[in-house]
Amino acid sequence: MSESLPREDAAHVAKLAKLHFNDQQLNLFTGQLANILDLVETLNEVDTDGVKPTYTVSDNINVLREDVAVKSNQKNELLANAPETQDGQIKVPAIIDEES
Amino acid sequence: MTDFFNENLTSLHKKLVDKEISATELTKEALNKSKSSQSEINAFITIDDEGALKRAAEIDAVGIDPDNILSGIPFAIKDNIVTKGLKTTAASHILDNFVPVYDATVIEKLNELGIVTIGKTNMDEFAMGGSTETSYFGKTANAWDHTKVPGGSSGGSASSVASGVIPVALGSDTGGSIRQPAAFNGIVGLKPTYGRVSRWGLIAFGSSLDQIGPLTRTVEDNARVLAAISGKDQRDTTTEDQSVPDFTKGIKKGVKDLRIGVPKEYFAKGIDEGVKDVVKKAIAKYESSGAKVDEVSLPHSKYGIAAYYILASSEASSNLERFDGIRYGFSARQDGQTLEDLYVRTRSEGFGDEVKRRIMLGTFALSAGFYDAYFKKAAQVRTLIVNDFAKVFENHDIILGPTTTSPAFDLGSENDDPVKMYMNDLLTIPLNLAGLPGMSINAGFTDGLPVGLQIIGKRFDESTIYKTAYAFEQDSQLFTKHPGVNF
Amino acid sequence: MSSFETTIGLEVHVELKTKSKAFSLSPVNFGDPANENTNVIDWGYPGVLPSANKGALESGMMAALALNAQITRDVHWDRKNYFYPDNPKSYQVTQQQTPIGHDGYVEIKKEDGTSKRIGIKELHVEEDAGKNSHSGKGYSLVDLNRQGTPLVEIVSQPNISSPDEAYLYLEKLRQLIQFTGISDVKMQEGSMRVDINISVRPIGAEKYGTKVEIKNVNSFQYAKNALAYEEQRQRDELMAGHIIGQETRRFDEPTKSTILMRVKEGADDYRYFPEPDLPVIHVSDEWIKAVKSSLPETADDRIARYINKFALSKKEAAVLTQTLEMANFYDQVVDDGADPKRTANYLIGDVNAYLNETQLDLQDTKLTPGHLSGMIKLIDNGTISTKQAKKVFTAITDGEEPKAYVEKNGLVQLSDPNKLTPIINQILDDNQQSIDDFKGGKDRAIGYLTGQVMKKTHGNANPKIVHEILLAELKKR
Ligand SMILES: [Mg+2]
Ligand SMILES: [Zn+2]
Repeated sequence: MSESLPREDAAHVAKLAKLHFNDQQLNLFTGQLANILDLVETLNEVDTDGVKPTYTVSDNINVLREDVAVKSNQKNELLANAPETQDGQIKVPAIIDEES
Repeated sequence: MTDFFNENLTSLHKKLVDKEISATELTKEALNKSKSSQSEINAFITIDDEGALKRAAEIDAVGIDPDNILSGIPFAIKDNIVTKGLKTTAASHILDNFVPVYDATVIEKLNELGIVTIGKTNMDEFAMGGSTETSYFGKTANAWDHTKVPGGSSGGSASSVASGVIPVALGSDTGGSIRQPAAFNGIVGLKPTYGRVSRWGLIAFGSSLDQIGPLTRTVEDNARVLAAISGKDQRDTTTEDQSVPDFTKGIKKGVKDLRIGVPKEYFAKGIDEGVKDVVKKAIAKYESSGAKVDEVSLPHSKYGIAAYYILASSEASSNLERFDGIRYGFSARQDGQTLEDLYVRTRSEGFGDEVKRRIMLGTFALSAGFYDAYFKKAAQVRTLIVNDFAKVFENHDIILGPTTTSPAFDLGSENDDPVKMYMNDLLTIPLNLAGLPGMSINAGFTDGLPVGLQIIGKRFDESTIYKTAYAFEQDSQLFTKHPGVNF
Repeated sequence: MSSFETTIGLEVHVELKTKSKAFSLSPVNFGDPANENTNVIDWGYPGVLPSANKGALESGMMAALALNAQITRDVHWDRKNYFYPDNPKSYQVTQQQTPIGHDGYVEIKKEDGTSKRIGIKELHVEEDAGKNSHSGKGYSLVDLNRQGTPLVEIVSQPNISSPDEAYLYLEKLRQLIQFTGISDVKMQEGSMRVDINISVRPIGAEKYGTKVEIKNVNSFQYAKNALAYEEQRQRDELMAGHIIGQETRRFDEPTKSTILMRVKEGADDYRYFPEPDLPVIHVSDEWIKAVKSSLPETADDRIARYINKFALSKKEAAVLTQTLEMANFYDQVVDDGADPKRTANYLIGDVNAYLNETQLDLQDTKLTPGHLSGMIKLIDNGTISTKQAKKVFTAITDGEEPKAYVEKNGLVQLSDPNKLTPIINQILDDNQQSIDDFKGGKDRAIGYLTGQVMKKTHGNANPKIVHEILLAELKKR
């Protein structure tokens, strides 16, 4: 594990999270995150060899619904909440790098 | 004038049924108290005058249902629980204009029972915090001392109930966000078993940890509200198919022969001596009432905070990606901007610092090359914490200890030190990691501030928690104490 | 001969034909007005939770079984995180760690008669994204109708060695999936989408060459063209001593070439983790058995049945099973009592010609199995001649009922000997030469005389009856 969070890593993470920090904020955050990671490093004291990770504490298994469709009729309410719409669609700045 | 300090659901219900007071009059009282308390404690983000009075009038028109104790009762709802047509912000700038188009399952259930929603309570932004200081809508004050934090993140709900503004409120608890503010305000707060209450309509923070629960003045009230909001929900497939008992049944059975475990780690160095004293005295009371008390160990509980901050922040980093300025909420639009610019501006301006910190931490913990060392490691430690509790519960019915490491601290005192702030959740977090139910009740006072007794039960055994809490509550009569100010 | 070898891996997304979406109750329906089939889940509203569609998961299991894959017993869902306007939650729910199927294969038959097994690395169920459309005026529009439609992503092993093999693999894959009934697998409607990975390396090289991605190819032919172009381009680059860049390209149809879209800088970081909102899935033996028994007949089984039961040729059986619609149509016509061989001939001949001419899919025409069987049965029982059937066929492609049409237009075949015998004798009287030829052993004369009868009756005479009367009358002369 890393001793603390390098500034470049913090910038990379910010990019992934779509957040922007100015230099001063980034310094502050890097410092605070480093402190948090120091706290997290205490996990290294725990021997977890062969321990199964727990991602949920729900005992539910195979809770699946039948394939039945229900129309919401919420289209207009949903569009009304959108910042910008056109022709029943959601308007966004031009998507340049097309990928789908 | 109705004095909520001296009322409970049973007494209010009787007055409504006997037509001593109408739902509309009761609603007006709650609205007035809410509004007049705002300048002092700022417990609400939204007070819904119009909606509440309209609703109360409808209930009066139909008549109070004598078989339904919640009929006509004013409620305050934490502002991360969505309410159709009523602004729901999660205390964030990024949702400060957001009006949901649907109701949370708990709201649907309560509405069916005839409650009146007075307003939406203040909280830490996206429930991330333990002091209700990270809200975009200003800080909430502690009911007992307005210079202290109310705890968090359900600070508005806890402070409003403790201040006699509202009889009952809903909160949510991801790492202690119901129990800790309940402790700081000397009231009753329960985090149900994970899977007991539907999360449909709860704005997600840590999906594997979040639960909605009641904050009330009395244990019995709490039991009644829990019964009303519990149950399997097809829209939340993590809710379990467990029967919902009448939690008030057997509440008076007493604690004779109850096998109580007291974890030694919950009285470790660093925990406030005043808190320890009060809680020890409370536990002694149980012993004198015939309970069998012995010391147990939860050896991995001290790693709870580290594991929790990784897991909760990782889940949160993903849950909060949907706030992108495209479909709803705040959108930092500018002419000619790129898509990337819209994303980054909306999120950078829309989220506060604590939320950003957790998004950063969670994004980091999940990112390529770090997943195993952080996210997976934390999930493995979580298993050990689950096992610790399971072992204790093999031969104990209930676990008792303090809810918090200290009483309420000064507003603004821990803002610059996230790690110090996080340490406050030391005693509440392990339950969320294990999915166990836990409650905080008032155990007494230290330096004039309430101290919480935490009562931890087995999965889906809230009944034993209520019985345990009720015994102490009735014995101590602490619920009759309240902060002097009557709004 | 080149000294390079080509490595191709294909990722195929197949849209499932479920009634509702993978994790929400919204209907799955292609072509509806924008955002019509959306709800709060599809919009990624605050507070919403997914609930998994059993039908989608079982479709994934069916695909796995059809592709000879192993079914994963302990499945959980994962989140794949990335920001995009058509991805409302900013994560896609998928099965990254525990794909429902793994280690399968598809067997292709090559031109030279040999077969090859293309390995299936894994297949997983996941949700589709919405659709962005680009105005070209500085903004784009988002329609979330498609958001949440269940998909099966089928990832091949990189053991496809040529554009031709890729083409055969895609055709076979489409057939296998189509016959399970889980998807329409239509490239033009986007219910089947192909992403290509291709690299080239000198024969004998230890490591694969640098992988180039080609996204969103619209047809199998384009895939083949794109691969052929890319294979050559990469060889030329290597021959020239250049290095192949890790990049994403797209196929440009007019020039039949690939064009650089973007250069990839390092791997994408999707921050996958187990989806906490959805319970885990345990797949039991019984469940697999039940899904297996619900699988419809495969194309290969149908081919065998057509050959054994209906005495069709291998070729005929193969043509009829090219699409599920055609095979189902065939079975319905035959079930209705039409002659299997004649039905096969009609579908392979007239029907296919009609489809080619009109550029329609069988299910989009007015042709019904009932009408076709009706027509064929009229031929079978001698009511109409095959010549008359030409008219009837045109009528049934317009949706007309064959029997009614035949009656209305007096297309009844002349089979009555009392009416035919005088006509035949008249023709014999006029063709003494043919009678002589016949007596002289020239069988051709029969053909000529039959032709004359048909001409005289405007093609309405029943050839079989004509033949019988002709022989009898000739003997009398
Ligand atoms: Mg893929
Ligand atoms: Zn995919």
